[in-house]
Amino acid sequence: MSTIYLDYNATTPVDPRVLDAMMPFFSNRFGNASSRHHAYGCDAAEAVEAVRGQVASVIGADPREIVFTSGATESNNLAILGVAGAPMYASKGNHIITVATEHRSVLDPCEHLERKGYQVTWLGVDSQGCLNLQHLADAITDQTILVSVMHANNEIGVLHPLREIGAICKERGVLFHTDGTQSFGKEPIDVGSFGIDLLSASAHKIYGPKGVGFLYLRRRDPHVRCEPLLHGGGHERGLRSGTLNVPGIVGMGAAATLCSQEMAAEQARIRRLRNRLERGICSALDGVHVNGHPERRLANTTNLSFAGVDGDDLMKRMPGIAVSSSSACTSAALQPSYVLGALGCDEERIRGSVRFSLGRFTTAAEIGIVVASVVESVKALRATTRS
Amino acid sequence: MIYLDNASTTRLRPEARAAMQAAAFGNPSSIHAAGRAARKLVEDARETIAESYGGDPKGLVFTSCATEADNLAVLGVAEALRARGNHVIASAVEHPAVLEACAALSRIGYEISRAPVDEDGKIDLSVLERLVTPRTILISVMTGNNEVGTLQPIEAVAEIARARKIPFHTDAAQAAGKIPFRFTADLVTLSAHKMHGPRGAGALWIRPGTPIVPRQVGGGHEFELRAGTENVEAIAGFAEAVRAAEAERSEVVPLMERLRALLEEGLRAAAPMRVNGHPTERLPHILNVTFPGVDGEAMVVALDAEGMCVSSGSACASQSLIPSHVLKAMGRGDEETRASVRFSLGRDTTEEDIGAAVAAVPKLVARLRAISPVVRP
Repeated sequence: MSTIYLDYNATTPVDPRVLDAMMPFFSNRFGNASSRHHAYGCDAAEAVEAVRGQVASVIGADPREIVFTSGATESNNLAILGVAGAPMYASKGNHIITVATEHRSVLDPCEHLERKGYQVTWLGVDSQGCLNLQHLADAITDQTILVSVMHANNEIGVLHPLREIGAICKERGVLFHTDGTQSFGKEPIDVGSFGIDLLSASAHKIYGPKGVGFLYLRRRDPHVRCEPLLHGGGHERGLRSGTLNVPGIVGMGAAATLCSQEMAAEQARIRRLRNRLERGICSALDGVHVNGHPERRLANTTNLSFAGVDGDDLMKRMPGIAVSSSSACTSAALQPSYVLGALGCDEERIRGSVRFSLGRFTTAAEIGIVVASVVESVKALRATTRS
Repeated sequence: MIYLDNASTTRLRPEARAAMQAAAFGNPSSIHAAGRAARKLVEDARETIAESYGGDPKGLVFTSCATEADNLAVLGVAEALRARGNHVIASAVEHPAVLEACAALSRIGYEISRAPVDEDGKIDLSVLERLVTPRTILISVMTGNNEVGTLQPIEAVAEIARARKIPFHTDAAQAAGKIPFRFTADLVTLSAHKMHGPRGAGALWIRPGTPIVPRQVGGGHEFELRAGTENVEAIAGFAEAVRAAEAERSEVVPLMERLRALLEEGLRAAAPMRVNGHPTERLPHILNVTFPGVDGEAMVVALDAEGMCVSSGSACASQSLIPSHVLKAMGRGDEETRASVRFSLGRDTTEEDIGAAVAAVPKLVARLRAISPVVRP
C-alpha cells in the first residue's frame, strides 16, 4: 500500500506543473543571474525578475519589495534580526512583541535578541490559540520597534487577524512582521490593506521546491530598514548576498501563481475533505478534542487530541499514513508541543495530539481510509491500555 | 552558444539531476516514512561529501550557498571567540563573501588585516605570520581564487594557524573537484553549483571542536548550526556532483588543462596579452588575461553578441562594475584591470568551444583596440 500523505504543513510534493517550469533551468537555462554580460546570465536574471513580479502580485506588493531567500527560516531571521540591527530603529528602542505560538524560526531569533539585551514581550493565547488584541495594543510602548505575529499557526492552523493587528501597529507607528509560511498561497493576503510591513514565505509549503523563500519588505509608508545577515556580492539590493537559486525561484513563482489562481476552489475542496475527516473521526470516537479555534483556522489543518492515546503510538500503528505528532521542525527532538502548551492543554492532551494537514493531492478516498484507520487504531490502543 | 564562464556557474550534470529527481520529497524533520527517507538522503549526502575530502561527516553543515557558508565561518567564529580576541586576517583576494563579512565585523569593533599577495596572486607566508597577534581569532585564505585561479599554500597556512591555535577557514568553492583536496583547514566552504551540482546548496565543513555560533536560528537543524528545512533535492544533487567530480577528476582535469593551454596559446599567438595568476599553481579551469588597450566589459559584450559567454570579473561583482579587487591586490593598475577577461572551462567544454574562442577573440581585440580611448602605442 502506498503512503497516504497528510503532512502538508511540514512540506509538500512539488506540483508537476511547477517542476515543468523549473526543468529548463536545470538544463540549458543554467546561467548565473548576476552574469548580466552574457546571454545565459541575462536569461536567468529575466526569469528571476519575472518571478519577483509574480510573487509580488499575489500579495499586492511591488516587485522591488521582494527579497529572495533560502527559505522561511532565513526570511524570519532576516526580518527580526535585520530590523533589530538597523540603526534607525536602534535609536528608537529595543522592544519586540511576539506570540508564544510562533514558529521556532521567529522565537529563536527573538530569544537571541533577548540575550543581547533587547526586551521581548511574549504574548499568550487563549485556549483556542487566539490572540487578545487588546493585550497586543497594551503591550506596545514607545520603545517598541517590531511586532511579529504569524498569519497561520503551523501546528493547529489558527489564523490571526492580520488586518486588525496591522491597523493597531500602523496607528502606533510600529513595524508589523508576519510569518506567512503556512498561509501564503492558501489564504488571501494583501500587504496594503492588511498593513503588513514585512512578510515571510516559503516555496516548499505551496508545492514548490525546498531551499527557496522570500521576505517582503515595505518600501513606502514606511520604508522598512533592514540590516543584511549575509554579506558579499550585494545581491538582492544588498539585503541578501549569494548566488540566486534560479531554478528554485522559478519554481516558487510558478507555485505561487498556481496557488493564487486556484485558491478559492482548492480551499473549498480541501475544507470539505478536512471537515469530513474531522467529523468522521469525532463521530466514531469519544474523547477526541479539536485543538485550536474551529472556524478561524486554515482549511487544510486539523489537530486532534485522542484521550488515553499517545500520538506517537497512534502514528506508529498507521505506518501507511504520514501525519505529524508535533511540528516537523521540532519533532526530531520529541519535545511536547509548546504550541499546545500555550493553549493551556495538559500533558496528556498534548501527548495525545496528532496533526493532520491536507493538500492539493489529497483525495476523498484517502480521507475515507484515514478515518477508518484512525478509528480502528485508537480503539485498539485504548483497549490495550485498559487491559 | 559557447559557455566559458564556468567559474560563475556550471551546467547541472545529468547524474546530479537524476539524483535530484529521485529524491524523496519529505521534510527530514518529520518522523514518518517520507520524512525518514528524506533524512536518510541528507545524512548519506553528508557522509559522501565529508568522506570525499577526508572529513568527519558530523562536521558538515549544509547551507543555501557558499556565501552563506563563508558568512557562517567568518561571523560565527568571530562571535564565538570574541572574548579571546577581535583580530581577523583574510587574504586580499578573498571572495566578497569573506571580505564583506570581515567588513561587517570591522563595523562592530573587530580589527581586520588583509594579507597581501604578490603579482601572481599568492599570499606571502612570512607576511601572514607577521600579521598574527595574540588577539587573532581567525585566518581566512581561499584555496583557489575565483578570478585568476591562483592556488594558495593552504597546508602551510594551516600549520601556521595550528601552531598558534587559531581557527583557519578556507573557501574551496572553486577548488573542490578540480584539484586533489582534503579538509586540512578547520573550516572549509564548498559550493554545489560551481561543480556541476545544483544551485541552492553549499556547505561549511567544521572540524569538530572548532568554536562557532550559528547565524540562522530556529529549529535546531544541522547540529544547531543552521536552522531551516534542508533543501533535500539540492543536497542529494550536491553529493552526487561531488562523488562524480572526484571519480572523474583524474580524467577530466588533464583534459581541461590541455584545453586551457590550447586557449592560452591560441590567444597569445594572435593578440598581445598577459596572463593573470600564477603560471603553474593555478586552478585548471581558469584563464584570466589582460588585453592591453582593450576594454574588458566591451569585450564581454561583443563576445556575447557572437554567442560566447565569458566574464570580465567574478559574476558576484560584475553587477557593480567595480574594478576587480583581486587584480588590484596583484598590483595591476586600473587600466590593466579594466582590460582583463576571464575564461573559465567546465567538464563539458570541448575543443570546438576553444577553437571558436581562439578564432573570435583576436579579431575583437584588434577591433576594440582600434576604438579604445585608452590604447597606447
